[in-house]
Amino acid sequence: MSKRAKPEGSTKPVPLPLSDFDDARARWRAEVQAGLGDKANPRNRSGIEINALYTPQDWPGGAGDARYMDALGFPGQPPMTRGIYPTMHRGRTWTQRQLIGLGVPEDYNARLKAILAHGGTAVSLIPCNSVYRGYDADGVPPEILGTCGVTVNSVEDMTICLDGIPLGDISTSLNDPSPFTLLALELAVARRRGIPWERISGTSNQSDYLSHFVANHMFFRLALPGARRVLLDHIEFARKHLPQWNPLSVVGQHMQQAGATPAEAMGLTLSSAIQYATDCVARGWDPDQVLPRFTFFFDISISFFEEVAKFRAGRRIWAELTRERFGAKDPRSWRFKFHGQTSGVDLTREQPLNNIPRVTVQAMAGILGGLQSLHTDSYDEVLSVPTEKAARIAIATQNILKEEAHLTDVIDPLGGSYYVEALTDQMEEKIRAVIARIDAAGGMYAAVEAGIPQQICGDSALAFQQKVDAGAETIVGLNKYRLPPEADMEREALRPPPRRIIEAQIKRLKRFKAERDQDAVRRALDALARAAQSADENVFEKVVEAACAGVTHGEICAGLRKAYGFGQPLIVP
Amino acid sequence: MTHSKPSHPPRVLVTKIGLDGHDRGSRVVAAFLRDAGMDVLYTPPWQEIAQVVRLAEEEDVDVIGISSLATDHLLIPKLMRALKKSGLEGIPVVVGGIVPDEDERKLRKAGVKEIFHPGASREEIVSKVAELAGEARAAKEKEVLA
Repeated sequence: MSKRAKPEGSTKPVPLPLSDFDDARARWRAEVQAGLGDKANPRNRSGIEINALYTPQDWPGGAGDARYMDALGFPGQPPMTRGIYPTMHRGRTWTQRQLIGLGVPEDYNARLKAILAHGGTAVSLIPCNSVYRGYDADGVPPEILGTCGVTVNSVEDMTICLDGIPLGDISTSLNDPSPFTLLALELAVARRRGIPWERISGTSNQSDYLSHFVANHMFFRLALPGARRVLLDHIEFARKHLPQWNPLSVVGQHMQQAGATPAEAMGLTLSSAIQYATDCVARGWDPDQVLPRFTFFFDISISFFEEVAKFRAGRRIWAELTRERFGAKDPRSWRFKFHGQTSGVDLTREQPLNNIPRVTVQAMAGILGGLQSLHTDSYDEVLSVPTEKAARIAIATQNILKEEAHLTDVIDPLGGSYYVEALTDQMEEKIRAVIARIDAAGGMYAAVEAGIPQQICGDSALAFQQKVDAGAETIVGLNKYRLPPEADMEREALRPPPRRIIEAQIKRLKRFKAERDQDAVRRALDALARAAQSADENVFEKVVEAACAGVTHGEICAGLRKAYGFGQPLIVP
Repeated sequence: MTHSKPSHPPRVLVTKIGLDGHDRGSRVVAAFLRDAGMDVLYTPPWQEIAQVVRLAEEEDVDVIGISSLATDHLLIPKLMRALKKSGLEGIPVVVGGIVPDEDERKLRKAGVKEIFHPGASREEIVSKVAELAGEARAAKEKEVLA
């Protein structure tokens, strides 16, 4: 029942003392039948039926067996199921990368320093929604400025955000959709400080424009052809100037948050990665020049074993895809490097402290699934941008899992569990079915234009909600063990930044715009417009030059919007 | 209700104002309401307040539903004022999504009829929207007859 999707030559049966096994199984079955009656097996979120017990019958690969080598092998070697590095968390644990973004640059800088002091090991920057949508602070309603991320528009703002942060020595992850102005601003700060760009390391999170059209509609979006062009120029720029930068983060998180099941989210993400790799090859690049800088970003739900199996299966499929579809020869190209974020969808507004154990279980699934980088949600993320107290507990959760719980002593510790291996195989089958469907539609770009992934997410979101409403999925404190509102705990929410601070920020931006070298700004914007129209210039290079010349985020976005058009949602319910 | 049966199903505008684009909530709720037999007018996110007012008027909606996941609810008092200015304060406004307790009090004071927090069930949403739509329709018909 749980054959691997890849059938060739690996089904050698393992000899078992069959009579004993069969007798014992028959006895057990009878006892289960008496105990459970005809109660149906549960299904996980991806729709896989879960048995009450798994045995070698479900996953017979043993030591020295061909099936073991075919399906699991050793960490750092294909098929990479057990991990992408030989030492995995024994060698280097994971990067503790907490999303941070609030208020004005000074607020952000203070919170960033607090998180780094409490165990964070990397910088992350979440900009304000106005930035996501391509506007400067002086172009949007002030009521919502800085309420969901930091207001950062200019090299001056970024200088304050990164004050006292050792750029060049610490990895920086920017939530930075196309045209990647936050990276451009960071590079401008590095140049001012005399830090060579080769030393800048980190990731352009949210560079996966396809996911923005599928699920997360909060970003400034160039129409699809423009978005495709700017991303490829960005990858090319990173190849030339930023050897430690990951220009692409393929995001499964958006789709799972928007409702896709874990298997669907993994399948759609791999399909996006296939699209990007195909586009890079079409530009004439050697896959081994670009694939090592591909990274992934996933949601981690509370469906513990399902998530572990999702990551193990994804790793196995990617290692095969890169070799077989793209002919990648460099082992670094085969590595499925991923960041995980505990899922906010599973958190409840009711009894919000219950979210702490939820996040713990989610984080464990990601860690045991072999992630490279982790964000743990704060318990109050369902109420507001995290308060400082909640943010501290979230990072402490990682510290406890990393340093107290001995989770990292053994590589892939769930590997070899009959259940986990059988489930990994079944998840792989489901994931491959999604990839096949997207392949048949002509690849992810065409599928997004046709609305296929959007439909998958919408349908699954509705189906899940119906299960919750029917009580088929338990959510503690919500559809079971409810408390009357007056008995529920205090719900403390972070307040929006005071209006005077926002007004001061807008004033600072206006002054910055008035005092800069206007000729340099005009020249940079002209160069950007020319590059956008020309086939052989690099658009992102012009974005970087513009940021260095004092052009603001909103001005860069406006210039490109004029050239490429604005991307609208491609589907409605 | 003792009024005659409404001539058409409740018409509900499901929309998002401001800058955020997380639309899982608005899509799921739009689907619920549609499945419950309502006429649902759904828009993509990022609507201008003036556009919401215009749609509400031109499409003769009975209820306006605003989804807010990332602080866009802070703009709702502005929307309420704009509706009033256009003489549309009779259209009940409901909000779904993440609204801190302190803001809930402010929104209710500004005239918002109901706030559905994360975890609100389909039944809860459908029945409340139907009730508000029925009241609004009845009031409107009374006005026409008067």
